[in-house]
Amino acid sequence: MARKSHVSTIVNGEPIEFLCDPPQTLLEVLREELQLTGTKEGCGTGDCGACTITLDGRLACACLVLAVEAEGRSIGTVEGIASGEHLHPLQKKFLEEAALQCGVCTPGLLVAAKALLDRNPQPTEQEVRYALAGNLCRCTGYDKVVRAVLDAAVEIGGESP
Amino acid sequence: MATIFFPKSFQAQTGGIDQVEVEALDIRGVFRALEARFPALGDRLRGGIAVAIDGEIVNDPLLEPVGPDSQIHFLPPISGG
Amino acid sequence: MSEPRKFHSVGTRPIRHDGLDKVTGRARFGADLSLPGMLYGKVLRSSHAHAHIRRIDPRPALQLEGVRAVITSADRPEIPSEHGTGGEGGPVDFRDLSRNVLARDKVLYHGHPVAAVAATNPRIAEEALGRIEVDYEILRPVLDVEAAMAPDAPLLHDDLYTRGVDPRPETPSNVAARIVIERGDTEKGFAEADVVIEREYRTETVHQGYIEPHAAVASTAEDGQSVLWCCTQGPFLVRSFCSKVLQLPISQIKVIPSEIGGGFGGKTTVYVEPLAILLSRRAGRPVKLVMDREEVFRATGPTSATSIRVRMGARKDGTIAAVKVRLVYAAGAFPGSPVVPGAMTMLAPYQLENVRIEGYDVVVNKPKTNAYRAPGSSMAAFAAESALDEIAQELALDPLELRLRNAVRTGSQAVYGPTFKAIGFVETLEAARNHPHYRAPLAPNQGRGVACGFWFNAGMQSTAAVNLTEDGSAVVVSGCPDIGGSRVSLALMAAEELGIPVERVRPVVADTETIGYNDVTGGSRVTFATGMAVIEATRDVVRQLCKRAALIWEVPVEQVEWREGEAHCRNGEAKDPLSLREIVRQAVRTGGPISGQASLTARGAGPGFGTHICDTEIDPDTGRVQVVRYTAVQDVGKAVHPSYVEGQLQGGVAQGIGWALNEEFVYDENGVLLNAGFLDYRIPVASDLPMIDTVLVEVPNPSHPHGVRGVGEVPIVPPLAAVANALFRATGVRFYRVPMSPPRVLEGLQSRK
Ligand code: FES
Ligand code: FES
Repeated sequence: MARKSHVSTIVNGEPIEFLCDPPQTLLEVLREELQLTGTKEGCGTGDCGACTITLDGRLACACLVLAVEAEGRSIGTVEGIASGEHLHPLQKKFLEEAALQCGVCTPGLLVAAKALLDRNPQPTEQEVRYALAGNLCRCTGYDKVVRAVLDAAVEIGGESP
Repeated sequence: MATIFFPKSFQAQTGGIDQVEVEALDIRGVFRALEARFPALGDRLRGGIAVAIDGEIVNDPLLEPVGPDSQIHFLPPISGG
Repeated sequence: MSEPRKFHSVGTRPIRHDGLDKVTGRARFGADLSLPGMLYGKVLRSSHAHAHIRRIDPRPALQLEGVRAVITSADRPEIPSEHGTGGEGGPVDFRDLSRNVLARDKVLYHGHPVAAVAATNPRIAEEALGRIEVDYEILRPVLDVEAAMAPDAPLLHDDLYTRGVDPRPETPSNVAARIVIERGDTEKGFAEADVVIEREYRTETVHQGYIEPHAAVASTAEDGQSVLWCCTQGPFLVRSFCSKVLQLPISQIKVIPSEIGGGFGGKTTVYVEPLAILLSRRAGRPVKLVMDREEVFRATGPTSATSIRVRMGARKDGTIAAVKVRLVYAAGAFPGSPVVPGAMTMLAPYQLENVRIEGYDVVVNKPKTNAYRAPGSSMAAFAAESALDEIAQELALDPLELRLRNAVRTGSQAVYGPTFKAIGFVETLEAARNHPHYRAPLAPNQGRGVACGFWFNAGMQSTAAVNLTEDGSAVVVSGCPDIGGSRVSLALMAAEELGIPVERVRPVVADTETIGYNDVTGGSRVTFATGMAVIEATRDVVRQLCKRAALIWEVPVEQVEWREGEAHCRNGEAKDPLSLREIVRQAVRTGGPISGQASLTARGAGPGFGTHICDTEIDPDTGRVQVVRYTAVQDVGKAVHPSYVEGQLQGGVAQGIGWALNEEFVYDENGVLLNAGFLDYRIPVASDLPMIDTVLVEVPNPSHPHGVRGVGEVPIVPPLAAVANALFRATGVRFYRVPMSPPRVLEGLQSRK
């Protein structure tokens, strides 16, 4: 058997080390080795966005990244969106506005929406729709998702001076 | 007397009759009366069907009460996605 | 329900109890469980759409290091033909089910499972699949539903004789069944009609497209009991289907439902579940078996491709004089397309005197279809509602007016037989006509269409339990997986009856050994039927609370009344009310813990009707159609949690728009699916859709204590025709075939010139 590779990363702010087989995707390692199952697999081919994470702050599909590529990089997943006990405004708005039905797309949508608001704090409806176009949701028709993101933007805008 | 309506697919067993009246308190009574009159219907009445009793659909019925003026239709079982 | 009841919890919009776990990534779905020592399973699938299996040799795979088990159908009992009730309530033949799970001597579609392996990691399992030797004798496949009916078509099953024709045919064919619904005299009706049209419609195979692939984790204990964790709409159904397929007693199987990432009917049968159990029994280790997306598309139940012919006649005043329909539905590899509900629902919104609907269930070399939201209805409504639009056009009548003139009302006879009790179809038509959307101005290249839809809604069997805790809150236990907010709805109904805030009610979904039997989450039945069980169980609890209060007060129980979460004494003595908390605190001395349970077969599911308005805009250069505004009006009985009711409407509409404009399975002539991924099987993304406005009409269902009727199915019924009708009004071109994808639309536009 091929030798395992040793990888050092930062996941949601915490240093993490793991061993992996060279062909393993980052998605598989997050889910099966690190038990961070919040990141979902909907397709494995980069088409659904259920596995959306951030890699050094940029959005990526974890299913398209090899685990060994995470060496020395910083990974952000849905598990890291809330700070401690405090939900992120996006999470709050998703709950208040029923922006999830089955909820399997929700982790990816939250990570993608947060990345959008981090770089564009006051997006238009159209900007939200285009920013989330890589995240499939089959349950909601996106109406309540888009509204939740727009309302979260307003709430975040209201908080900062 | 409750009125029982037969769909086309039952009429081979009822000799072309499309409705009958029976005296019964519940669906079991209806089925017994029907089977006595149309023995060939027996198999069809033993599962895998639904009835509408006065517009309410019930899958696999037996003990549902039947009123004196009830209208009963046979349907295939229905559920959905 | 004589006068409208005032509710304090039902009809509000609290945060769902399971929401926190879902926005933080804690919620565990089908593929999220890992067990110590767990193996990974993979399925070997047929590389041909139609072939005899001459021989399978699994031995080379077993020699690979890390492989712990390989199974083929030789490892499974052959089971006889036996009809039972399927997940969608329709009939299922367990022999077919068993052969669909794992092919026996014949493969019937590309992707049909032929073997499965379990290994220490997924990559070894994958490699092992390549080592299994299968010797096929390739047969000619048949894919098109009309072609499959031809006398010289290749036969899928040499023992399939058409049911529903008299006398029974002497030769087998691909036509599994024929059904007829008939009333009045259509020839006489057509003779009286002032306008008659005759049209043919086609729809393609489409998939439910849930984002979470099927997944199961099975482990087997030394006593032979297998515990299965899986994502399903019906844990009890999975238990009974696995028990049939594997010929194991029910008691040897326990099913724990995970959170479920969408189903829409597609998770009302078994695929990987029995294989995971069998592998775990073989290997003596837990086994995780997860489908990838390609497998989901190639081998799980989509819904039927159809071919539909409609002849419709109407009088000048707009009343429909006669309708004659021929429906042909592709069932996939085994009989059981949704042609029956298609035939029953297609014209259900209208009062018809003369009608004849003939339906055919036809097998083809594609995966066996499974339920998809209002099974069979969307395609039938595409045809019926498009034809009605043409009639309205010919008679120069407003399309909503035409429908109003023919609409069923309370007391009308449904085309499938019975008379309707309280229904709200007319109310939806009127609400649509009065909606500002209906009169809003349109821009160039835009058009507006309307269409209606119907679904029966299901009742079936449910069990629920309500347990009071020591601090006076309540736990509501049901056995129906929550696919889109049903837990919070059940909690709201319990809170309503108990008179306590919904935050003090915890709803949970239990496994098959913790709660009594429940039919599937499907058919829009959970909030209705399981809701009824929850209400009954809660009322039982309230009765006990009153009894306990009576004991504490030393008064007859008749003098105790339950109001707003407290027991009140009515015997004139000034006694302070006893709160639920207080009664529970004293429970140990008055008879012990308080809990209630109810099991029932729910009857009286109220039928649902919807009316949709759709504006489309066409890009004349590319043929691309964009839906720019959409309003869905529906009679929802009573909206228990209006946000999730709106969500059901919006989600159904989005699926319907995808079906109308983009989605279709594309096969090559060998029966290989060419677009088995989300890149090429394109479901709507956020930038494809507008906001979807909803109007909730509430005509209470008299058979439910809170007036509830199912809501989830109806919204996928009208969109195909609503989009086609809008497109016609934008372009003057009528499309008889979905999807109305850019190339087809361009072709249509060019034919206009
Ligand atoms: S799982 Fe990575 S994009 Fe779908
Ligand atoms: S909520 Fe189910 S896929 Fe988005």
